[in-house]
Amino acid sequence: MMKCIIVDDETAARAIISHLCSQVDTLEVVGEFPNAMQAIKYLNKNEVDLIFLDIHMPDFTGFDFIDSLKNPPNIILTTSDKNFAIEAFEYDCIVDYLVKPVLLPRFLKAIQKAENFVSTTGDTPAVAPVSKQPESTSTKELYVNIDRRLVKIDFDSIFLVEAKGDYILIKTEGKNYTVHSTLKKIEDKLSGSSFLKIHRSYIINIKKIIDIEDNSVLIAKDVIPISRSNRPELMKRLNLL
Amino acid sequence: MEKPNMSYIDTLSGSDKAFKLKLISIVKEELPQEITIYEENIKSKNFKEAAENVHKLKHKISILGLETSYQIAIDYEENLKIASTQLRVEFEAILKEMTRFITTL
Repeated sequence: MMKCIIVDDETAARAIISHLCSQVDTLEVVGEFPNAMQAIKYLNKNEVDLIFLDIHMPDFTGFDFIDSLKNPPNIILTTSDKNFAIEAFEYDCIVDYLVKPVLLPRFLKAIQKAENFVSTTGDTPAVAPVSKQPESTSTKELYVNIDRRLVKIDFDSIFLVEAKGDYILIKTEGKNYTVHSTLKKIEDKLSGSSFLKIHRSYIINIKKIIDIEDNSVLIAKDVIPISRSNRPELMKRLNLL
Repeated sequence: MEKPNMSYIDTLSGSDKAFKLKLISIVKEELPQEITIYEENIKSKNFKEAAENVHKLKHKISILGLETSYQIAIDYEENLKIASTQLRVEFEAILKEMTRFITTL
């Protein structure tokens, strides 16, 4: 049995998901919440296996909600907006993405996916993250969502990535891209390549360094600070004479 | 003009009449509230908030089986995000039709 909660500020949406859940023997709805804060309070004291989560909620979006959870269970997003699909799959915990209005056949497909994620040994939440990204060490590019277009950026063209609040600025040889994402997410995507986080707000492409002076590096026309804690790793990665 | 219908609610409810009545009751209560909030935001020229309201109303539009109107709502939501009220007349005509329809339920 999978314990689930429903988080949606719309009463009709909660009623529909709850009704659909009632038609699946393996699902038990243990809570319904009209906002993220109430759901977080519940999750601080209770474990669940699955969350049906609306993305569009006032004040605190579904993605804010996920970011606030230390160990998120499996999540099925429910939304009237198809535009978040790309962002959704940045999260390993997101099992599926249901576009409202939801009907039973599509709902069952999502539940099947969720069940495949849950441990078969019991009713414990699936804690092991399952990556939807193909295991590949040869990835040389990434796609970013810019104005509803997926724009390809070659790793080799990237000078640096800078954190800008809820956004990141990707500076490349061709142009700069502002993307709604976090430095942590792009760091994960760039791992294993020539990129290194040298400051809490900067990831640089080591291949693009022009020179290093004290606690800063020059990349293209930008002088980037190196934090004390990241400096040893940077020095280790350089081919020093 | 496209007419609201019970297609989605009937399909979703199947033979569960209690759920069907419950959902209709929720829509009858929630839709006017959402429309009021939208109208207040439009009146105050709070276009960003109005776009959020339209987003929320899209679900009600789809629940009432309005496929063409749903697309108008999508476009109108995008317009409001850039402070344009283009398609306002069309969208508000949809709201009026939905309001009329739910009073018959």
